Amino acid sequence: MAHLELDRVAKQFGAQTVVDDFSLAVGKGEFISFLGPSGCGKTTTLQMIAGFLDPTRGAIRLEGKDLTAIHPARRGLGIVFQSYALFPHMTAAENVAFGLEMRSVPRSERAERVRAALAMVGLAGYEQRHPRRMSGGQQQRVALARALVIKPSVLLLDEPLSNLDAKLREEMQIELRQIQRTIGTTTILVTHDQNEAMSLSDRIVVMSQGRIEQIGTPQDTYERPASAFVSQFLGKTNDFAATIDRTAMPARLVAGSWSAPAPAGLSGPVTVSIRPERIGFGDAGLGAKIVTRIFQGNHWLFQCASECGPAIVIRQNDGQAQPAEGEGVRLAWRAEDMSVRGGAAS
Amino acid sequence: MSSVAEERSIRAPWALTAPALMLFVGVLLIPLAMTVMLSFHDWGQYKGIEPVFILKNWQEIATDPYYAEMFWRTFRIAILTTLLTALLGAPEAYILNRMSGRWKSFFLLVILGPLLISVVARTLGWALLFGGNNGLANKLLMSLGVIRSPIPFMFTETGMVVALAHVMMPFMVLSVWAALQRLDPQIENAAMSLGAGPVTIIRRIIMPQIMPGVLSGAIIVFSLSASAFATPAIIGGRRLKVAATLAYDEFLNTLNWPLGAAVATLLLAALVLIVVGSNAMIERRYAEVFR
Repeated sequence: MAHLELDRVAKQFGAQTVVDDFSLAVGKGEFISFLGPSGCGKTTTLQMIAGFLDPTRGAIRLEGKDLTAIHPARRGLGIVFQSYALFPHMTAAENVAFGLEMRSVPRSERAERVRAALAMVGLAGYEQRHPRRMSGGQQQRVALARALVIKPSVLLLDEPLSNLDAKLREEMQIELRQIQRTIGTTTILVTHDQNEAMSLSDRIVVMSQGRIEQIGTPQDTYERPASAFVSQFLGKTNDFAATIDRTAMPARLVAGSWSAPAPAGLSGPVTVSIRPERIGFGDAGLGAKIVTRIFQGNHWLFQCASECGPAIVIRQNDGQAQPAEGEGVRLAWRAEDMSVRGGAAS
Repeated sequence: MSSVAEERSIRAPWALTAPALMLFVGVLLIPLAMTVMLSFHDWGQYKGIEPVFILKNWQEIATDPYYAEMFWRTFRIAILTTLLTALLGAPEAYILNRMSGRWKSFFLLVILGPLLISVVARTLGWALLFGGNNGLANKLLMSLGVIRSPIPFMFTETGMVVALAHVMMPFMVLSVWAALQRLDPQIENAAMSLGAGPVTIIRRIIMPQIMPGVLSGAIIVFSLSASAFATPAIIGGRRLKVAATLAYDEFLNTLNWPLGAAVATLLLAALVLIVVGSNAMIERRYAEVFR
């Protein structure tokens, strides 16, 4: 049985539907990300799980029990807010201790658990600091310790890393993953950062306009995007208009001067989606000209004008000679690296 | 940098602030100094003001219990007014802050509205409601049989405190409101998620954070109430004097300017001491919230 289950959850504000038909089963100890652009309903969904909003339709169950019937203060979930929402008039230790106080944990045990929680997030020795005297990263850790010390059944993270600078964010990602693995708390992360979602989660829920676009492992969603939205949102992608030529024997999939054996059961115009790092420069294939070439350290980024419109190609900086700007090239890729959408069934 | 430029850079700020400084010195500092000097002059029924240096007025204030009573009353009224505005104003600001957009601006206007009406008109309004047998509210309550005799309001300290609190309320609400604006919008949800009920959230999370706002509002209300003139003059009249109306009477009725000046100076000095002292205390106590 799923640990946390959302069953066709929907939320409406007036006539506007913010979340619709959201179904998800989260296993115990799983790390799930809700990924999507702002306004896609990911935070609203998180707030419904937390209990700050009531779903208009649908059910949320935790270990089989209806969660919506329980007051947010009794749900026992740990929440880390985007703004951290630390209590500025309390020290770090008092902040962390607050949830234990509310649970009437005896004083001595409380002190021990607060100390352990702060040590776990690497803040031993900062017990008596006030939040406003701490850096963004430290505040973030206090917020995490405060949410974890109550041993929550589910940990909810609402864009917790978005206020940190890039380097710190990367460090916190690694640390967050380690802590989550160690204590094994079921975790839901809301983020608009695809890298964050991919590096942290067991599974990603890609959302757009209140609906789930795809649920899958990071690799799944990246390699086999279920929709144009997913492929565009998760990393860069090239979409080429192509046709399936059924007159040829056997039928062929044709994009400009590139062609491959057509997949079975499709005909007519289709869209071919291919990741930039899966395209190589070959002797045959889609004709293109390099417009700009950008050096990015470990890889080269090429922007090309191809027969089928603009294309991006990423090549590893492996020491091989790379084509220069203005040079004509042929773009080639393996049929199994692309995904084909649209087209009529035949 | 050349010395000319250096000189100019020093002179420029002075030149720019000169008009304001001159106004400040001319209409505030000099009259204030003159008032303080006046309090050391002598006065007689027939000889008028004599510009000598004596401590007669100060001795009179220090020894005559009449003045002590007057200052204690002023202090008592100001403190009670401050407490009343804090007790009503802080929750008012909190509720206001939780309202949704349109209602919020409407009720903010309702709260600030009284500031647009003269203090005299507002205080006379209270007199119309509770002024003896003819007061509207008193008449209504008596005809309904709720009370037998009119609620004593005019010439009572209670009346003064209520009327002053009404006048001062916007200052308290605005001050607490400003403190509430600084609150993290998720802070109540954070406390709730940790298992805190509504009462605990207000007592442990909201109150400590808006306390600086309540206290700075209290300083404003206290100093304005202690030096208020119009409201005590209308509600208290001659029968129930406070420091401000006492100074006024000495100046304009008894014509004993030096004594009036001594009363005014003492009131000012006491207020400055109380305000500066409590401000320093608040800043030290709530250093973390202010940052």
